[in-house]
Amino acid sequence: MRKLSPSGDSAVERGFRTINMHTKTLTELSRSLRRREFSAEELARHCLDRIARHDPQLNCFITVTEALALEQARAADRAIAAGEGGPLAGVPIAHKDIFCTRGVKTSCGSRMLDNFVAPYDATVVERLAAAGCVLIGKTNMDEFAMGSSNENSWYGPVHNPWNRDCVPGGSSGGSAAAVAARLVSAATGTDTGGSIRQPAALTGLTGVKPTYGRVSRYGMIAFASSLDQAGVLAQTAEDAARLVGAMAGFDPRDSTCVDAPVPDYAAQLEEGVNGLRIGVPREYFDARLDAGVRALIEEALALYRKLGAHTVDVSLPAVPLSVPAYYVVAPAEASSNLARYDGVRYGYRCSDPKDLLDLYTRTRGEGFGAEVKRRIMTGTYVLSAGYFDAYYLKAQQLRQLIADDFARAFREVDVVVGPTSPTPAFTLGAKTDDPITMYLNDIYTIAANLAGLPAISIPCGLVKGLPTGLQIIGPPFAESRLFSAAHAYQRETDWHLRRPSGYE
Amino acid sequence: MGLTRSEVENIAHLARLAIGPEEIPVYVKNLSRILDFVRQLEAVDTRGVQPMAHPLAVNQRLRPDEITEHDEHSRYQTNAPLVDAGLYLVPKVID
Repeated sequence: MRKLSPSGDSAVERGFRTINMHTKTLTELSRSLRRREFSAEELARHCLDRIARHDPQLNCFITVTEALALEQARAADRAIAAGEGGPLAGVPIAHKDIFCTRGVKTSCGSRMLDNFVAPYDATVVERLAAAGCVLIGKTNMDEFAMGSSNENSWYGPVHNPWNRDCVPGGSSGGSAAAVAARLVSAATGTDTGGSIRQPAALTGLTGVKPTYGRVSRYGMIAFASSLDQAGVLAQTAEDAARLVGAMAGFDPRDSTCVDAPVPDYAAQLEEGVNGLRIGVPREYFDARLDAGVRALIEEALALYRKLGAHTVDVSLPAVPLSVPAYYVVAPAEASSNLARYDGVRYGYRCSDPKDLLDLYTRTRGEGFGAEVKRRIMTGTYVLSAGYFDAYYLKAQQLRQLIADDFARAFREVDVVVGPTSPTPAFTLGAKTDDPITMYLNDIYTIAANLAGLPAISIPCGLVKGLPTGLQIIGPPFAESRLFSAAHAYQRETDWHLRRPSGYE
Repeated sequence: MGLTRSEVENIAHLARLAIGPEEIPVYVKNLSRILDFVRQLEAVDTRGVQPMAHPLAVNQRLRPDEITEHDEHSRYQTNAPLVDAGLYLVPKVID
Protein backbone atom coordinates (compact mmCIF):
# COMPACT_ATOMS: atom_id res chain seq x y z
CA MET A 1 0.00 0.00 0.00
CA ARG A 2 1.37 3.38 -1.01
CA LYS A 3 1.52 5.76 1.90
CA LEU A 4 0.58 9.34 1.21
CA SER A 5 0.99 12.31 3.45
CA PRO A 6 -1.21 15.39 3.04
CA SER A 7 1.75 17.51 1.93
CA GLY A 8 4.02 14.94 0.33
CA ASP A 9 2.60 15.01 -3.20
CA SER A 10 2.28 17.55 -5.96
CA ALA A 11 -0.69 19.85 -6.42
CA VAL A 12 -1.47 18.13 -9.71
CA GLU A 13 -1.53 14.68 -8.15
CA ARG A 14 -3.68 15.96 -5.34
CA GLY A 15 -6.02 17.79 -7.69
CA PHE A 16 -6.49 14.65 -9.73
CA ARG A 17 -7.38 12.69 -6.61
CA THR A 18 -9.77 15.22 -5.14
CA ILE A 19 -11.73 16.13 -8.27
CA ASN A 20 -13.59 12.79 -8.28
CA MET A 21 -14.09 12.32 -4.55
CA HIS A 22 -17.87 12.24 -4.98
CA THR A 23 -17.65 9.14 -7.21
CA LYS A 24 -16.48 7.04 -4.27
CA THR A 25 -18.82 5.07 -2.08
CA LEU A 26 -18.99 5.84 1.62
CA THR A 27 -16.87 2.76 2.36
CA GLU A 28 -14.21 3.89 -0.15
CA LEU A 29 -14.26 7.45 1.19
CA SER A 30 -13.74 6.19 4.70
CA ARG A 31 -10.71 4.17 3.54
CA SER A 32 -9.27 7.10 1.53
CA LEU A 33 -9.63 9.43 4.50
CA ARG A 34 -7.78 6.98 6.75
CA ARG A 35 -4.99 6.76 4.16
CA ARG A 36 -4.91 10.57 4.04
CA GLU A 37 -5.44 10.61 0.27
CA PHE A 38 -7.48 13.74 0.95
CA SER A 39 -8.75 15.45 4.05
CA ALA A 40 -12.28 15.49 5.44
CA GLU A 41 -12.25 19.26 5.01
CA GLU A 42 -11.40 18.97 1.30
CA LEU A 43 -14.16 16.41 0.96
CA ALA A 44 -16.71 18.59 2.78
CA ARG A 45 -15.78 21.60 0.61
CA HIS A 46 -16.14 19.43 -2.49
CA CYS A 47 -19.67 18.44 -1.41
CA LEU A 48 -20.56 22.07 -0.65
CA ASP A 49 -19.27 23.11 -4.10
CA ARG A 50 -21.36 20.44 -5.79
CA ILE A 51 -24.42 21.52 -3.82
CA ALA A 52 -23.85 25.15 -4.88
CA ARG A 53 -23.59 24.02 -8.50
CA HIS A 54 -26.39 21.44 -8.70
CA ASP A 55 -28.90 22.05 -5.93
CA PRO A 56 -30.54 25.11 -7.53
CA GLN A 57 -31.86 22.70 -10.21
CA LEU A 58 -32.66 19.78 -7.86
CA ASN A 59 -33.91 21.43 -4.62
CA CYS A 60 -32.63 18.57 -2.44
CA PHE A 61 -31.70 20.71 0.55
CA ILE A 62 -33.83 22.76 2.91
CA THR A 63 -30.76 23.78 4.93
CA VAL A 64 -27.06 23.51 4.07
CA THR A 65 -25.03 23.43 7.29
CA GLU A 66 -21.80 24.77 5.82
CA ALA A 67 -20.15 26.13 8.99
CA LEU A 68 -21.05 23.04 11.01
CA ALA A 69 -19.84 20.75 8.19
CA LEU A 70 -16.43 22.43 8.04
CA GLU A 71 -16.10 22.41 11.81
CA GLN A 72 -17.00 18.69 12.02
CA ALA A 73 -14.69 17.91 9.07
CA ARG A 74 -11.72 19.63 10.73
CA ALA A 75 -12.45 17.72 13.94
CA ALA A 76 -12.50 14.48 11.91
CA ASP A 77 -9.16 15.40 10.32
CA ARG A 78 -7.62 15.98 13.74
CA ALA A 79 -9.02 12.67 15.00
CA ILE A 80 -7.73 10.76 11.96
CA ALA A 81 -4.31 12.38 12.29
CA ALA A 82 -4.21 11.25 15.92
CA GLY A 83 -5.13 7.71 14.87
CA GLU A 84 -8.54 8.12 16.51
CA GLY A 85 -12.04 8.96 15.33
CA GLY A 86 -15.12 6.84 14.80
CA PRO A 87 -15.53 4.23 12.06
CA LEU A 88 -17.09 6.78 9.69
CA ALA A 89 -14.78 9.70 10.55
CA GLY A 90 -15.01 12.48 7.98
CA VAL A 91 -17.68 10.93 5.77
CA PRO A 92 -20.19 13.53 4.48
CA ILE A 93 -23.87 12.75 4.98
CA ALA A 94 -27.20 14.58 5.04
CA HIS A 95 -30.15 14.12 7.37
CA LYS A 96 -33.74 14.13 6.27
CA ASP A 97 -35.26 17.27 7.77
CA ILE A 98 -37.45 15.10 10.03
CA PHE A 99 -34.54 14.44 12.42
CA CYS A 100 -34.00 17.06 15.13
CA THR A 101 -30.57 18.67 14.95
CA ARG A 102 -29.62 20.87 17.87
CA GLY A 103 -29.27 24.52 16.86
CA VAL A 104 -30.28 23.79 13.26
CA LYS A 105 -33.70 24.41 11.68
CA THR A 106 -35.78 21.22 11.57
CA SER A 107 -38.83 21.88 9.38
CA CYS A 108 -40.24 18.44 8.49
CA GLY A 109 -40.99 20.00 5.09
CA SER A 110 -43.76 22.09 6.65
CA ARG A 111 -44.63 25.74 7.01
CA MET A 112 -45.71 24.70 10.52
CA LEU A 113 -42.06 24.16 11.54
CA ASP A 114 -40.38 26.64 9.20
CA ASN A 115 -39.22 28.65 12.22
CA PHE A 116 -38.37 25.65 14.45
CA VAL A 117 -34.78 25.32 15.62
CA ALA A 118 -34.45 21.97 17.36
CA PRO A 119 -33.28 22.26 20.98
CA TYR A 120 -31.76 18.76 20.98
CA ASP A 121 -30.31 16.10 18.67
CA ALA A 122 -32.20 12.98 17.59
CA THR A 123 -30.49 9.74 18.69
CA VAL A 124 -29.77 8.94 15.02
CA VAL A 125 -28.05 12.32 14.65
CA GLU A 126 -26.09 11.81 17.86
CA ARG A 127 -24.95 8.30 16.90
CA LEU A 128 -23.85 9.17 13.38
CA ALA A 129 -21.98 12.21 14.71
CA ALA A 130 -20.28 9.97 17.27
CA ALA A 131 -19.26 7.61 14.44
CA GLY A 132 -17.55 10.62 12.83
CA CYS A 133 -20.01 11.54 10.04
CA VAL A 134 -19.92 15.14 8.84
CA LEU A 135 -23.37 16.75 8.51
CA ILE A 136 -23.60 18.65 5.20
CA GLY A 137 -27.26 19.61 5.42
CA LYS A 138 -30.92 18.78 5.96
CA THR A 139 -32.86 17.37 3.05
CA ASN A 140 -36.19 18.24 1.50
CA MET A 141 -39.14 15.89 2.03
CA ASP A 142 -42.88 15.58 1.69
CA GLU A 143 -44.52 17.54 4.48
CA PHE A 144 -44.49 15.43 7.68
CA ALA A 145 -43.33 12.52 5.47
CA MET A 146 -46.76 12.25 3.83
CA GLY A 147 -46.29 11.61 0.14
CA SER A 148 -44.65 9.46 -2.52
CA SER A 149 -43.30 12.14 -4.85
CA ASN A 150 -41.84 14.93 -2.71
CA GLU A 151 -44.40 17.27 -4.27
CA ASN A 152 -46.02 17.96 -0.88
CA SER A 153 -43.12 20.00 0.53
CA TRP A 154 -43.60 23.60 1.69
CA TYR A 155 -40.16 24.16 0.11
CA GLY A 156 -41.21 23.03 -3.35
CA PRO A 157 -40.71 19.76 -5.21
CA VAL A 158 -37.40 17.90 -5.58
CA HIS A 159 -36.29 16.96 -9.09
CA ASN A 160 -34.95 13.53 -9.99
CA PRO A 161 -31.32 13.81 -11.20
CA TRP A 162 -31.96 11.02 -13.74
CA ASN A 163 -34.56 13.23 -15.41
CA ARG A 164 -35.38 16.55 -13.87
CA ASP A 165 -38.95 16.47 -15.22
CA CYS A 166 -39.57 13.44 -13.01
CA VAL A 167 -40.17 13.08 -9.28
CA PRO A 168 -37.50 11.44 -7.10
CA GLY A 169 -40.17 9.60 -5.09
CA GLY A 170 -41.00 10.36 -1.51
CA SER A 171 -41.21 11.12 1.19
CA SER A 172 -37.39 10.99 1.53
CA GLY A 173 -37.06 12.59 -1.93
CA GLY A 174 -34.40 15.17 -1.02
CA SER A 175 -32.19 12.51 0.55
CA ALA A 176 -32.62 10.29 -2.53
CA ALA A 177 -31.85 13.01 -5.09
CA ALA A 178 -28.88 14.31 -3.06
CA VAL A 179 -27.21 10.89 -2.94
CA ALA A 180 -28.14 10.00 -6.54
CA ALA A 181 -26.52 13.26 -7.74
CA ARG A 182 -23.54 12.47 -5.46
CA LEU A 183 -23.90 15.71 -3.52
CA VAL A 184 -23.36 13.64 -0.36
CA SER A 185 -22.27 10.02 -0.02
CA ALA A 186 -25.36 8.87 1.90
CA ALA A 187 -28.37 10.28 3.70
CA THR A 188 -30.83 9.27 6.37
CA GLY A 189 -34.50 8.71 5.65
CA THR A 190 -37.64 7.50 7.36
CA ASP A 191 -40.03 4.87 6.10
CA THR A 192 -43.68 4.70 7.22
CA GLY A 193 -45.12 3.13 4.05
CA GLY A 194 -42.17 3.03 1.66
CA SER A 195 -40.62 6.47 2.10
CA ILE A 196 -37.03 5.16 1.96
CA ARG A 197 -37.41 2.23 -0.44
CA GLN A 198 -39.58 3.88 -3.12
CA PRO A 199 -37.34 6.98 -3.59
CA ALA A 200 -34.27 4.70 -3.47
CA ALA A 201 -35.81 2.65 -6.31
CA LEU A 202 -36.70 5.73 -8.35
CA THR A 203 -33.20 7.24 -8.06
CA GLY A 204 -31.01 4.12 -8.37
CA LEU A 205 -29.97 3.80 -4.72
CA THR A 206 -29.80 1.19 -2.00
CA GLY A 207 -32.43 2.05 0.62
CA VAL A 208 -33.06 0.13 3.80
CA LYS A 209 -35.94 0.19 6.26
CA PRO A 210 -34.85 -1.74 9.35
CA THR A 211 -37.16 -3.79 11.59
CA TYR A 212 -39.69 -1.79 13.61
CA GLY A 213 -37.90 -0.79 16.81
CA ARG A 214 -34.36 -1.52 15.52
CA VAL A 215 -33.37 2.17 15.33
CA SER A 216 -34.31 4.74 17.94
CA ARG A 217 -36.92 7.29 16.95
CA TYR A 218 -36.07 9.76 19.69
CA GLY A 219 -35.96 13.17 18.03
CA MET A 220 -37.54 11.89 14.81
CA ILE A 221 -40.74 13.84 14.20
CA ALA A 222 -43.68 11.44 14.53
CA PHE A 223 -46.09 10.62 11.71
CA ALA A 224 -47.61 7.16 12.37
CA SER A 225 -46.01 5.70 15.46
CA SER A 226 -46.84 2.03 14.89
CA LEU A 227 -45.18 2.18 11.45
CA ASP A 228 -42.39 4.83 11.43
CA GLN A 229 -38.81 3.62 11.24
CA ALA A 230 -35.51 5.35 10.47
CA GLY A 231 -33.06 4.06 7.89
CA VAL A 232 -30.69 5.15 5.13
CA LEU A 233 -30.33 5.80 1.43
CA ALA A 234 -26.84 4.88 0.23
CA GLN A 235 -24.94 3.83 -2.87
CA THR A 236 -24.27 0.23 -1.90
CA ALA A 237 -25.48 -2.45 0.49
CA GLU A 238 -22.04 -2.28 2.11
CA ASP A 239 -22.45 1.47 2.79
CA ALA A 240 -25.97 0.92 4.12
CA ALA A 241 -24.75 -1.89 6.41
CA ARG A 242 -22.11 0.39 7.94
CA LEU A 243 -24.58 3.21 8.48
CA VAL A 244 -27.38 1.09 9.95
CA GLY A 245 -24.80 -0.57 12.18
CA ALA A 246 -23.86 2.85 13.52
CA MET A 247 -27.49 4.00 13.94
CA ALA A 248 -29.13 0.91 15.44
CA GLY A 249 -29.32 -0.16 19.03
CA PHE A 250 -31.20 0.28 22.24
CA ASP A 251 -32.15 3.75 23.42
CA PRO A 252 -33.97 4.21 26.71
CA ARG A 253 -35.44 7.48 25.37
CA ASP A 254 -37.61 5.64 22.80
CA SER A 255 -40.05 3.28 24.48
CA THR A 256 -40.57 1.34 21.21
CA CYS A 257 -36.85 0.77 20.66
CA VAL A 258 -35.94 -2.90 20.99
CA ASP A 259 -33.26 -3.97 23.46
CA ALA A 260 -31.45 -6.54 21.31
CA PRO A 261 -27.75 -6.66 20.35
CA VAL A 262 -26.79 -5.18 16.96
CA PRO A 263 -24.87 -7.66 14.81
CA ASP A 264 -21.78 -6.50 12.93
CA TYR A 265 -23.62 -6.14 9.60
CA ALA A 266 -20.51 -5.20 7.62
CA ALA A 267 -18.65 -8.28 8.86
CA GLN A 268 -21.45 -10.56 7.62
CA LEU A 269 -21.71 -9.08 4.12
CA GLU A 270 -19.91 -11.93 2.39
CA GLU A 271 -22.30 -14.66 3.57
CA GLY A 272 -23.47 -15.10 -0.02
CA VAL A 273 -26.76 -16.55 -1.28
CA ASN A 274 -25.81 -20.17 -1.92
CA GLY A 275 -28.79 -22.17 -0.66
CA LEU A 276 -30.81 -19.06 0.14
CA ARG A 277 -34.54 -19.74 -0.22
CA ILE A 278 -36.20 -16.82 -1.98
CA GLY A 279 -39.99 -16.53 -1.85
CA VAL A 280 -41.56 -14.89 -4.89
CA PRO A 281 -45.05 -13.70 -3.95
CA ARG A 282 -47.49 -13.87 -6.86
CA GLU A 283 -49.36 -10.85 -5.42
CA TYR A 284 -46.31 -8.70 -6.26
CA PHE A 285 -46.58 -9.47 -9.98
CA ASP A 286 -50.09 -8.16 -10.60
CA ALA A 287 -51.52 -6.14 -13.49
CA ARG A 288 -50.25 -2.87 -12.01
CA LEU A 289 -46.62 -3.89 -12.44
CA ASP A 290 -44.93 -2.20 -15.41
CA ALA A 291 -43.77 -4.78 -17.98
CA GLY A 292 -40.26 -3.32 -18.12
CA VAL A 293 -39.90 -3.46 -14.33
CA ARG A 294 -41.24 -7.03 -14.28
CA ALA A 295 -38.64 -8.15 -16.84
CA LEU A 296 -35.81 -6.69 -14.73
CA ILE A 297 -37.08 -8.33 -11.53
CA GLU A 298 -37.21 -11.68 -13.34
CA GLU A 299 -33.64 -11.16 -14.57
CA ALA A 300 -32.52 -10.44 -11.02
CA LEU A 301 -34.22 -13.62 -9.78
CA ALA A 302 -32.45 -15.58 -12.53
CA LEU A 303 -29.13 -14.15 -11.38
CA TYR A 304 -29.86 -15.20 -7.79
CA ARG A 305 -30.57 -18.74 -9.01
CA LYS A 306 -27.26 -18.70 -10.87
CA LEU A 307 -25.57 -17.76 -7.59
CA GLY A 308 -27.06 -20.80 -5.87
CA ALA A 309 -30.32 -19.46 -4.43
CA HIS A 310 -33.62 -21.29 -4.84
CA THR A 311 -36.76 -19.42 -5.81
CA VAL A 312 -40.09 -20.64 -4.51
CA ASP A 313 -43.58 -19.33 -5.31
CA VAL A 314 -45.32 -18.06 -2.20
CA SER A 315 -48.70 -16.49 -1.63
CA LEU A 316 -49.47 -13.53 0.63
CA PRO A 317 -53.25 -13.36 0.10
CA ALA A 318 -53.99 -10.42 2.45
CA VAL A 319 -51.19 -8.22 1.10
CA PRO A 320 -53.23 -6.68 -1.76
CA LEU A 321 -55.31 -5.00 0.96
CA SER A 322 -52.30 -3.39 2.59
CA VAL A 323 -52.88 0.01 0.95
CA PRO A 324 -56.47 0.46 2.21
CA ALA A 325 -55.46 -0.86 5.67
CA TYR A 326 -52.58 1.60 5.73
CA TYR A 327 -54.82 4.53 4.76
CA VAL A 328 -56.86 3.90 7.89
CA VAL A 329 -54.03 3.22 10.36
CA ALA A 330 -51.54 5.88 9.21
CA PRO A 331 -54.01 8.82 9.04
CA ALA A 332 -55.54 7.78 12.37
CA GLU A 333 -52.16 7.89 14.07
CA ALA A 334 -51.18 11.05 12.20
CA SER A 335 -54.31 12.88 13.31
CA SER A 336 -53.35 12.09 16.88
CA ASN A 337 -49.61 12.84 16.54
CA LEU A 338 -50.18 16.12 14.72
CA ALA A 339 -52.62 17.39 17.37
CA ARG A 340 -49.52 18.79 19.10
CA TYR A 341 -49.18 21.59 16.53
CA ASP A 342 -51.39 24.14 18.22
CA GLY A 343 -49.52 27.43 17.79
CA VAL A 344 -48.76 27.66 21.51
CA ARG A 345 -45.38 26.10 22.34
CA TYR A 346 -43.44 26.14 19.08
CA GLY A 347 -43.90 26.42 15.34
CA TYR A 348 -46.20 28.57 13.28
CA ARG A 349 -48.85 30.80 14.87
CA CYS A 350 -51.51 32.66 12.86
CA SER A 351 -51.60 36.43 13.20
CA ASP A 352 -54.06 38.21 15.53
CA PRO A 353 -56.06 35.23 16.85
CA LYS A 354 -59.35 36.50 18.25
CA ASP A 355 -59.84 33.60 20.68
CA LEU A 356 -58.31 30.22 21.49
CA LEU A 357 -60.37 28.29 18.93
CA ASP A 358 -59.42 30.79 16.25
CA LEU A 359 -55.75 30.40 17.28
CA TYR A 360 -55.92 26.61 16.90
CA THR A 361 -57.92 26.41 13.69
CA ARG A 362 -56.21 29.16 11.72
CA THR A 363 -52.71 28.14 12.89
CA ARG A 364 -53.39 24.58 11.70
CA GLY A 365 -55.33 25.60 8.60
CA GLU A 366 -52.52 27.93 7.47
CA GLY A 367 -49.56 25.91 8.80
CA PHE A 368 -50.41 22.54 7.21
CA GLY A 369 -50.50 21.80 3.47
CA ALA A 370 -53.34 20.10 1.57
CA GLU A 371 -52.19 16.46 1.86
CA VAL A 372 -51.46 16.74 5.59
CA LYS A 373 -54.92 18.23 6.14
CA ARG A 374 -56.50 15.42 4.09
CA ARG A 375 -54.80 12.82 6.25
CA ILE A 376 -55.65 14.54 9.52
CA MET A 377 -59.29 14.71 8.43
CA THR A 378 -59.32 11.07 7.26
CA GLY A 379 -57.82 10.06 10.60
CA THR A 380 -60.25 12.20 12.57
CA TYR A 381 -63.18 10.60 10.72
CA VAL A 382 -62.09 6.97 11.14
CA LEU A 383 -61.45 7.50 14.85
CA SER A 384 -64.69 9.36 15.50
CA ALA A 385 -67.48 7.89 17.63
CA GLY A 386 -69.40 5.18 15.82
CA TYR A 387 -66.77 4.57 13.14
CA PHE A 388 -63.81 3.29 15.18
CA ASP A 389 -64.71 -0.42 14.96
CA ALA A 390 -65.63 -0.30 11.28
CA TYR A 391 -62.39 1.33 10.22
CA TYR A 392 -59.57 1.28 12.76
CA LEU A 393 -60.21 -2.09 14.40
CA LYS A 394 -60.93 -3.65 11.01
CA ALA A 395 -57.66 -2.27 9.61
CA GLN A 396 -55.71 -3.59 12.61
CA GLN A 397 -57.26 -7.02 11.99
CA LEU A 398 -56.16 -6.83 8.35
CA ARG A 399 -52.74 -5.91 9.57
CA GLN A 400 -52.62 -9.06 11.66
CA LEU A 401 -53.65 -11.14 8.63
CA ILE A 402 -50.84 -9.53 6.59
CA ALA A 403 -48.31 -10.24 9.36
CA ASP A 404 -49.59 -13.86 9.52
CA ASP A 405 -49.10 -14.20 5.73
CA PHE A 406 -45.45 -13.22 6.07
CA ALA A 407 -44.92 -15.41 9.14
CA ARG A 408 -46.30 -18.38 7.17
CA ALA A 409 -44.06 -17.58 4.18
CA PHE A 410 -40.97 -17.29 6.40
CA ARG A 411 -41.49 -20.85 7.61
CA GLU A 412 -40.59 -21.94 4.05
CA VAL A 413 -38.29 -19.21 2.75
CA ASP A 414 -35.50 -16.97 4.07
CA VAL A 415 -36.49 -13.78 2.25
CA VAL A 416 -39.32 -12.53 0.05
CA VAL A 417 -38.32 -10.76 -3.17
CA GLY A 418 -40.29 -8.60 -5.59
CA PRO A 419 -40.42 -5.14 -7.10
CA THR A 420 -40.14 -2.04 -4.89
CA SER A 421 -42.36 0.20 -6.98
CA PRO A 422 -44.78 -0.68 -9.80
CA THR A 423 -43.23 1.85 -12.23
CA PRO A 424 -40.07 3.90 -12.65
CA ALA A 425 -40.17 7.61 -11.74
CA PHE A 426 -43.19 9.48 -13.09
CA THR A 427 -43.46 13.07 -14.33
CA LEU A 428 -43.90 15.92 -11.86
CA GLY A 429 -47.59 16.75 -11.55
CA ALA A 430 -48.74 13.48 -13.15
CA LYS A 431 -50.44 12.12 -10.01
CA THR A 432 -51.18 15.20 -7.91
CA ASP A 433 -54.87 15.46 -8.81
CA ASP A 434 -55.96 12.12 -7.41
CA PRO A 435 -54.78 11.01 -3.96
CA ILE A 436 -55.63 7.33 -4.60
CA THR A 437 -53.42 7.14 -7.70
CA MET A 438 -50.59 8.59 -5.64
CA TYR A 439 -51.23 6.20 -2.71
CA LEU A 440 -50.98 3.18 -5.04
CA ASN A 441 -47.28 3.91 -5.68
CA ASP A 442 -46.68 2.15 -2.40
CA ILE A 443 -48.57 -1.10 -3.10
CA TYR A 444 -45.41 -3.21 -2.78
CA THR A 445 -43.76 -1.40 0.13
CA ILE A 446 -46.54 -0.83 2.68
CA ALA A 447 -46.94 -4.46 3.79
CA ALA A 448 -43.46 -4.53 5.36
CA ASN A 449 -44.39 -1.52 7.50
CA LEU A 450 -47.73 -3.00 8.55
CA ALA A 451 -45.94 -6.21 9.62
CA GLY A 452 -42.92 -4.40 11.15
CA LEU A 453 -40.45 -6.23 8.86
CA PRO A 454 -37.05 -5.09 7.56
CA ALA A 455 -36.76 -4.52 3.81
CA ILE A 456 -34.17 -3.23 1.38
CA SER A 457 -34.44 -1.84 -2.16
CA ILE A 458 -31.51 -2.18 -4.57
CA PRO A 459 -31.11 -0.92 -8.14
CA CYS A 460 -31.71 -3.70 -10.68
CA GLY A 461 -31.65 -1.97 -14.07
CA LEU A 462 -33.01 0.89 -16.12
CA VAL A 463 -36.39 1.18 -17.84
CA LYS A 464 -36.26 3.85 -20.56
CA GLY A 465 -33.22 5.34 -18.85
CA LEU A 466 -34.80 5.44 -15.38
CA PRO A 467 -33.75 3.31 -12.38
CA THR A 468 -35.80 0.42 -11.04
CA GLY A 469 -35.68 -1.22 -7.61
CA LEU A 470 -35.67 -4.82 -6.43
CA GLN A 471 -37.10 -5.27 -2.95
CA ILE A 472 -35.93 -7.90 -0.46
CA ILE A 473 -38.06 -8.36 2.66
CA GLY A 474 -36.91 -10.42 5.64
CA PRO A 475 -38.23 -11.69 8.96
CA PRO A 476 -37.83 -9.41 12.01
CA PHE A 477 -34.16 -8.58 12.76
CA ALA A 478 -32.86 -10.32 9.60
CA GLU A 479 -31.10 -7.15 8.42
CA SER A 480 -27.82 -9.07 8.03
CA ARG A 481 -29.46 -11.46 5.59
CA LEU A 482 -30.86 -8.55 3.56
CA PHE A 483 -27.48 -6.81 3.41
CA SER A 484 -25.60 -9.96 2.37
CA ALA A 485 -28.24 -10.88 -0.26
CA ALA A 486 -28.08 -7.33 -1.66
CA HIS A 487 -24.28 -7.34 -1.54
CA ALA A 488 -24.13 -10.68 -3.42
CA TYR A 489 -26.21 -9.09 -6.22
CA GLN A 490 -24.08 -5.94 -6.25
CA ARG A 491 -20.88 -7.97 -6.61
CA GLU A 492 -22.25 -9.36 -9.88
CA THR A 493 -23.88 -6.21 -11.29
CA ASP A 494 -23.01 -2.54 -11.62
CA TRP A 495 -26.47 -0.90 -11.59
CA HIS A 496 -25.72 0.56 -8.16
CA LEU A 497 -22.62 2.31 -9.53
CA ARG A 498 -24.39 4.03 -12.45
CA ARG A 499 -24.62 7.77 -12.07
CA PRO A 500 -27.13 10.07 -13.78
CA SER A 501 -25.62 12.05 -16.66
CA GLY A 502 -24.72 15.60 -15.72
CA TYR A 503 -23.72 14.49 -12.21
CA GLU A 504 -20.76 12.26 -13.04
CA MET B 1 -71.08 6.53 -0.15
CA GLY B 2 -69.93 10.14 -0.25
CA LEU B 3 -69.51 12.57 2.60
CA THR B 4 -71.72 15.65 2.72
CA ARG B 5 -70.50 19.21 2.97
CA SER B 6 -71.66 19.51 6.57
CA GLU B 7 -69.93 16.23 7.53
CA VAL B 8 -66.65 17.59 6.14
CA GLU B 9 -67.17 20.86 8.02
CA ASN B 10 -67.74 18.87 11.20
CA ILE B 11 -64.59 16.78 10.67
CA ALA B 12 -62.59 19.96 10.08
CA HIS B 13 -63.97 21.41 13.30
CA LEU B 14 -63.11 18.26 15.28
CA ALA B 15 -59.57 18.36 13.82
CA ARG B 16 -59.30 22.09 14.57
CA LEU B 17 -58.55 22.95 10.95
CA ALA B 18 -59.81 26.18 9.37
CA ILE B 19 -60.83 25.29 5.80
CA GLY B 20 -61.87 28.04 3.39
CA PRO B 21 -65.40 27.74 1.93
CA GLU B 22 -63.95 27.39 -1.58
CA GLU B 23 -61.80 24.42 -0.46
CA ILE B 24 -64.69 22.46 1.07
CA PRO B 25 -65.93 20.88 -2.21
CA VAL B 26 -62.37 19.63 -2.93
CA TYR B 27 -62.21 17.96 0.49
CA VAL B 28 -65.71 16.53 0.05
CA LYS B 29 -64.58 14.91 -3.20
CA ASN B 30 -61.15 13.67 -2.04
CA LEU B 31 -62.22 12.41 1.39
CA SER B 32 -65.18 10.57 -0.17
CA ARG B 33 -62.78 8.92 -2.63
CA ILE B 34 -60.40 7.92 0.17
CA LEU B 35 -63.18 6.48 2.34
CA ASP B 36 -64.62 4.53 -0.61
CA PHE B 37 -61.14 3.17 -1.25
CA VAL B 38 -60.56 2.00 2.33
CA ARG B 39 -64.04 0.41 2.45
CA GLN B 40 -62.56 -2.46 0.40
CA LEU B 41 -61.63 -3.82 3.83
CA GLU B 42 -65.31 -4.51 4.56
CA ALA B 43 -65.26 -7.42 2.12
CA VAL B 44 -62.76 -9.38 4.22
CA ASP B 45 -64.00 -11.84 6.82
CA THR B 46 -62.06 -10.96 9.97
CA ARG B 47 -64.19 -12.79 12.51
CA GLY B 48 -62.00 -14.11 15.30
CA VAL B 49 -58.89 -12.16 14.18
CA GLN B 50 -57.21 -10.26 17.00
CA PRO B 51 -56.54 -6.65 15.99
CA MET B 52 -52.77 -6.11 15.93
CA ALA B 53 -51.54 -4.31 19.03
CA HIS B 54 -47.82 -4.29 18.19
CA PRO B 55 -46.05 -5.42 15.00
CA LEU B 56 -43.61 -7.59 16.95
CA ALA B 57 -46.11 -8.71 19.59
CA VAL B 58 -44.00 -7.34 22.42
CA ASN B 59 -45.21 -5.54 25.48
CA GLN B 60 -44.55 -1.92 26.18
CA ARG B 61 -41.40 -1.53 28.24
CA LEU B 62 -41.83 0.12 31.64
CA ARG B 63 -39.30 2.22 33.49
CA PRO B 64 -38.95 3.19 37.13
CA ASP B 65 -40.92 6.32 38.03
CA GLU B 66 -37.87 8.49 38.55
CA ILE B 67 -37.09 12.03 37.51
CA THR B 68 -34.66 11.94 34.59
CA GLU B 69 -35.23 15.38 33.04
CA HIS B 70 -34.01 18.67 34.35
CA ASP B 71 -35.65 22.06 33.88
CA GLU B 72 -34.72 23.61 30.53
CA HIS B 73 -37.86 25.63 29.92
CA SER B 74 -36.04 28.81 28.95
CA ARG B 75 -34.17 26.98 26.18
CA TYR B 76 -37.30 25.28 24.92
CA GLN B 77 -39.28 28.49 25.07
CA THR B 78 -36.98 30.20 22.57
CA ASN B 79 -39.15 28.39 19.98
CA ALA B 80 -42.44 29.67 21.44
CA PRO B 81 -44.41 32.30 19.53
CA LEU B 82 -45.30 34.30 22.68
CA VAL B 83 -44.01 33.93 26.24
CA ASP B 84 -43.82 36.15 29.29
CA ALA B 85 -42.10 35.34 32.58
CA GLY B 86 -41.73 31.68 31.58
CA LEU B 87 -45.41 31.36 30.66
CA TYR B 88 -46.86 30.59 27.23
CA LEU B 89 -49.32 33.30 26.24
CA VAL B 90 -52.59 32.54 24.45
CA PRO B 91 -55.71 34.64 23.79
CA LYS B 92 -57.91 35.20 26.81
CA VAL B 93 -59.87 32.02 27.63
CA ILE B 94 -62.13 33.19 30.49
CA ASP B 95 -63.93 36.53 30.37
